[in-house]
Amino acid sequence: MQFMLLFSRQGKLRLQKWYVPLSDKEKKKITRELVQTVLARKPKMCSFLEWRDLKIVYKRYASLYFCCAIEDQDNELITLEIIHRYVELLDKYFGSVCELDIIFNFEKAYFILDEFLLGGEVQETSKKNVLKAIEQADLLQEKTENMYHSKSFIGCKKAY
Amino acid sequence: MPAVSKGDGMRGLAVFISDIRNCKSKEAEIKRINKELANIRSKFKGDKALDGYSKKKYVCKLLFIFLLGHDIDFGHMEAVNLLSSNRYTEKQIGYLFISVLVNSNSELIRLINNAIKNDLASRNPTFMGLALHCIANVGSREMAEAFAGEVPKILVAGDTMDSVKQSAALCLLRLYRTSPDLVPMGDWTSRVVHLLNDQHLGVVTAATSLITTLAQKNPEEFKTSVSLAVSRLSRIVTSASTDLQDYTYYFVPAPWLSVKLLRLLQCYPPPEDPAVRGRLTECLETILNKAQEPPKSKKVQHSNAKNAVLFEAISLIIHHDSEPNLLVRACNQLGQFLQHRETNLRYLALESMCTLASSEFSHEAVKTHIDTVINALKTERDVSVRQRAVDLLYAMCDRSNAQQIVAEMLSYLETADYSIREEIVLKVAILAEKYAVDYAWYVDTILNLIRIAGDYVSEEVWYRVIQIVINRDDVQGYAAKTVFEALQAPACHENLVKVGGYILGEFGNLIAGDPRSSPLVQFNLLHSKFHLCSVPTRALLLSTYIKFVNLFPEVKTTIQDVLRSDSQLKNADVELQQRAVEYLRLSTVASTDILATVLEEMPPFPERESSILAKLKKKKGPSTVTDLEDTKRERSVDVNGGPEPAPASTSAASTPSPSADLLGLGAAPAAPAGPPPSSGGGLLVDVFSDSASAVAPLAPGSEDNFARFVCKNNGVLFENQLLQIGLKSEFRQNLGRMFIFYGNKTSTQFLNFTPTLICPDDLQSRLNLQTKPVDPTVDGGAQVQQVVNIECVSDFTEAPVLNIQFRYGGTFQNVSVQLPITLNKFFQPTEMSSQDFFQRWKQLSNPQQEVQNIFKAKHPMDTEITKAKIIGFGSALLEEVDPNPANFVGAGIIHTKTTQIGCLLRLEPNLQAQMYRLTLRTSKETVSQRLCELLSQQF
Repeated sequence: MQFMLLFSRQGKLRLQKWYVPLSDKEKKKITRELVQTVLARKPKMCSFLEWRDLKIVYKRYASLYFCCAIEDQDNELITLEIIHRYVELLDKYFGSVCELDIIFNFEKAYFILDEFLLGGEVQETSKKNVLKAIEQADLLQEKTENMYHSKSFIGCKKAY
Repeated sequence: MPAVSKGDGMRGLAVFISDIRNCKSKEAEIKRINKELANIRSKFKGDKALDGYSKKKYVCKLLFIFLLGHDIDFGHMEAVNLLSSNRYTEKQIGYLFISVLVNSNSELIRLINNAIKNDLASRNPTFMGLALHCIANVGSREMAEAFAGEVPKILVAGDTMDSVKQSAALCLLRLYRTSPDLVPMGDWTSRVVHLLNDQHLGVVTAATSLITTLAQKNPEEFKTSVSLAVSRLSRIVTSASTDLQDYTYYFVPAPWLSVKLLRLLQCYPPPEDPAVRGRLTECLETILNKAQEPPKSKKVQHSNAKNAVLFEAISLIIHHDSEPNLLVRACNQLGQFLQHRETNLRYLALESMCTLASSEFSHEAVKTHIDTVINALKTERDVSVRQRAVDLLYAMCDRSNAQQIVAEMLSYLETADYSIREEIVLKVAILAEKYAVDYAWYVDTILNLIRIAGDYVSEEVWYRVIQIVINRDDVQGYAAKTVFEALQAPACHENLVKVGGYILGEFGNLIAGDPRSSPLVQFNLLHSKFHLCSVPTRALLLSTYIKFVNLFPEVKTTIQDVLRSDSQLKNADVELQQRAVEYLRLSTVASTDILATVLEEMPPFPERESSILAKLKKKKGPSTVTDLEDTKRERSVDVNGGPEPAPASTSAASTPSPSADLLGLGAAPAAPAGPPPSSGGGLLVDVFSDSASAVAPLAPGSEDNFARFVCKNNGVLFENQLLQIGLKSEFRQNLGRMFIFYGNKTSTQFLNFTPTLICPDDLQSRLNLQTKPVDPTVDGGAQVQQVVNIECVSDFTEAPVLNIQFRYGGTFQNVSVQLPITLNKFFQPTEMSSQDFFQRWKQLSNPQQEVQNIFKAKHPMDTEITKAKIIGFGSALLEEVDPNPANFVGAGIIHTKTTQIGCLLRLEPNLQAQMYRLTLRTSKETVSQRLCELLSQQF
């Protein structure tokens, strides 16, 4: 896979992941072009299209479009299910995910994606294993956060 | 599972994001962002040291701003600081920022690499994971330099955790893709292959991707992966749907891994070991069988995953192209999908069938679906699906169904989407030409194309119809009649006027007997369109008029009146004006004989690859245009470059005429003979480019090409739409070295790229060739080089064959060309006096020693070119030796490992008869024979 983009029905980019080296300018150009192309398509149309020398696989979930660019020999249907599995992972993690979750917790969306896909290839397909990795990280995070909370608490006291 | 409280860790960030979302306008948003940037900047620059939490928060805000599409030019240092934090979340945000925002310049790379190094050495799996993710995400060359040695060690170390192994495998894959040269092959490779046997399916999944990529470039080294992949696949496809627990996806066992394993197997030919092969066939059969079973779930995920595996299996079957039974089953399965209610499946079935159509085993089976595909063309609502249907019709077309398919495409063209019209036009034009049984049908088809979609008919298409009509005299009369009728329409497309003008100018006489299409009627018809046309078309019509003057003397005065009118002679366009002036003069000054010679019928065009086909290929994949043009230029300056067919000018140039200079005929005749230069810069290159671009292996063109190399050592040996082969070689005495350059003209990688040198039995003992295999992957637009060391052991006649096999897209390509290593390459020139020459000549008077050939000149008999060719052939050119100064004599020695053979040659041109007599005398009969053959082809 060369890249993955998440964007809203209004064309706002919510997440971008590039697995090939491109300049910022190229990335912006590709994003603009692709968002336009995909948004122009009608609901019942097929999920695949040829674009430049790549194949685009996309699917819409509620207000969000998930869009992947794959190469000539790559498998379209399995890419469609990569998208679905990613959505399932987000859903499980956030508890029925919505666009807002991804906006406010964009960093988490990236972390989950990194556990699932790396270098454009599927790393781990087991939902359990991916979420286990993220959960562990969250446990570590909570520990540190408690420390901060107590810190600021002490700070407050001092102020009084 | 924690609920949505993950943002709470950074309240400031959440507030900022809310603020941005509440902005009513773009300006308000920018204002808010600038305020925040200023705030962050001051915090970062402030005297007070920031704690880790604040740094993390601000870095995260910067990241958010960047992702909104704004440029970020600071904060990198703070992010790098976070990397060395002991707090996981700080480190994590630091890495995220680096992954998204780092550019490979700056001092920072060293600091980043240091932090990564520490994390990799930490033996903390979570930290190692973060570090590996970062390398994989950035994937820069600097990172490859720093870690390409370390990552393989982590990957194969016995005590590495599974999750770290997975990251390491894909991290290595990313590094190998960016900098294959920096990833050292070694012991680890064999251990990586054995990861296919790993207990942990996640590890196998990650490793399979890595192995596939490595195997594409080093097939030999990873050969053992085939049997391992087959047995793994077999275990998966035969497992019950619950066996694999969390790796089962909607009742499909490990679909991602199955697809990856099937991809890996496509790097190799069918397994040689019958047991492995049998097991693989069983797997593929099982997959095909499962497609017929009732679905275990109604969910689309179930059918998608199942069919993903099925399509990949079909790709493998097509790739192997060896089991007719499986191919036909695959075709039937796809046939079912053609009528499936899921648009996605119909799309993929059409796409996959396209490759199936090119296999001889399944071509017929594909053809049985023609009606369904035609129906898809008419009823599919999605243009991308219709496009696939057009592609498939094109792929399944052959002589038996060409008329039907062309008719359907033509009728689709009337309503086709504008975006794909030009491509359909090209496809129709190609099919009509390729499968024309009767050329009248071809002419009708092209005229229909112009009628239906004139704007989309590119120049190549109408040039081509003219080339074909000129080359086939059986269709000329029909063509003239048909264009004449088509031109009757009150409004016709300008392209029709061009074709009509050109064809009537050449063949109008064939229909002039009928009073309804008498010369004057023809002229008036064409001239009625004149004022509505663009300048290039008008220029073409003027050329038609001067041809009419020659063909039909009775309309001469009418045409002269037209040429003489102010609107022509004083036309603002310089090209039109010049033509009018020159043609008018030509019609008054030149005698009928001269006129007839100058305006003679066009000679046939040399046969070569259709320019339309080239254009379609170009549309599909950009080629290395600059390279191409370079070689073209090189060819045209090289005197040894051989035939430069210039049909248009030969008749005029060789006609001495007292009025020639006056009229500047040198320039003018090109115009009436060829289509107008002003409209056809591209055409001239096209029509006169030499016939080197042969499509098929050992096609007629490639033999010409071989001949071109007899007298020269460098140039383009072969070229088609995918591949270009260039040569550079040098020879000294009995040794030589040849550099072969393989250029990938497409933007797609060639895989399994294997050039092989083949010497026929007899040649093997006479010619010693040594070379090393080349890299099996040739990237799009890249060129690879192969060196061949050559030793001539004894004299030889045959030439070695260079066979190239590779995979491009899904298809297997096979090209063979003769490699121009010829006996004369081992010539060393010898200078000698006239006396010596004739003394030796007499010594070699044995009948076996002399071979003579009398032959007709194929090229203009030019003294300088002939001299250059003899020198290029390798012998010395001896001046003032032959009593007749028009003759050429040469001398030299052929060096072989075993002997040296003295050779004398004499070439006697006969200008009047346009003939040559070539005599070779050497001490060895076979040498005389071969040298005479080789040199005779050159003149």
